[in-house]
Amino acid sequence: MSEGFKLEIVNPESSFLSKEGVTEVVVPAFEGDMGILKDHISIISFLKPGLVRIFDGSNEETYYVDDGIVEFKNNCLSILTSNIFDIKKMDKNVARDALAKAEQDNQKKDISDQNKYLIDQKIEVLKNLTLN
Amino acid sequence: MASLDDLKKRISSVKSTQKITKAMKMVAASKLRRAQESAEKGRPYSDKMNNIILNLSNSISDKENSPKLLSGSGEDKVHLCVVMTSDRGLCGGFNTNIIKKAKVYFQKILDEGKNLKIITVGSKGYDQLKRTYKDNIIEKISFKESKYANYFDADKVGKIIIDRFEKKEFDVCTIFYNQFKNVITQIPQEQQIIPLKNSESKENSSDDNYEFEPEEDEILSNLLPKNISTQIFKAMLENSASEQGSRMSAMDNATRNAGEMVDKLTIQYNRSRQAAITKELIEIISGAESL
Repeated sequence: MSEGFKLEIVNPESSFLSKEGVTEVVVPAFEGDMGILKDHISIISFLKPGLVRIFDGSNEETYYVDDGIVEFKNNCLSILTSNIFDIKKMDKNVARDALAKAEQDNQKKDISDQNKYLIDQKIEVLKNLTLN
Repeated sequence: MASLDDLKKRISSVKSTQKITKAMKMVAASKLRRAQESAEKGRPYSDKMNNIILNLSNSISDKENSPKLLSGSGEDKVHLCVVMTSDRGLCGGFNTNIIKKAKVYFQKILDEGKNLKIITVGSKGYDQLKRTYKDNIIEKISFKESKYANYFDADKVGKIIIDRFEKKEFDVCTIFYNQFKNVITQIPQEQQIIPLKNSESKENSSDDNYEFEPEEDEILSNLLPKNISTQIFKAMLENSASEQGSRMSAMDNATRNAGEMVDKLTIQYNRSRQAAITKELIEIISGAESL
């Protein structure tokens, strides 16, 4: 019996990450950050732009996602996302470009409240990323 | 009988054709490996996506108010067919097989007196369909400039489809593509994406009670457009692997045929050369005897 659960992150092009024995994952769910531990109830939720933090014993890995869906079932967490970066390897310039684009989108007048919320989130996260 | 010179020319031309087909085969083989890899890598995503949607649609309580992309517009009058083919030729029966499959379907739709609209992805499909179904083709899309199938392109096609659906331009949408089984076998597929048919992978769906955050409807209405793009992307990946596989086996056949032809022509060349020598000898001998 392992203490953790299985984590899979897939993007359309490939399976990005697959890991056994993860103890905790914090995902930026649409309605707020959500920590998932072993034996969590089955859940499906959306991601907003933010950081996915994966705890594996004493190690911690952090990834940036743009959007996505999480599904947790039978101690298996799947994250489907179209855009994901390891923030350690992430190019600052990429983050800056994305930030600039997000800010540009934010200037548009005809965006819906939901999109505005998502873009605001994105700007905040990216700002933090580019500062560090 | 062709003269010796003609035969020589033909042999060398067949040989150079063989060189080209051989090179094309090699190129296709190396591209195939890459395409196959990405097709296989892309499968988990689309399968998972399908599963989640299946689970969602099973647990949705209010079927009547479910998003239109899932349940359809309630009518069955206008069919949109997205025919996905390659941009390049010389790949055996690859394009023809898709077109054949699609044409059967088109005929069925037209016989039932329904409206048919076609979007072609890839220029070869357009070339083959424009003669018969020119008035039905509402859009042609081609990704000649992108080297490999990528999600960005798929998303573009998906957006076009959803856009047209929201303008109520069609009721049912079906995509046609080749599924890659192995290098020699590609199976033309038709897959209905709007409204979503969940006949397949029934055994995967469970009666698990999921917790949803936000509500089911909201998740679904966000997820379904993504699913369209994902399905298109899957089709594109399968297609590109099939295209390379099909081209590889077609070029392999061509190379072999060229080899056979060279052998045949060489025998013919040698025979006529020998015949010419014999003829000359006979002439010399009979000339000497008459002296």
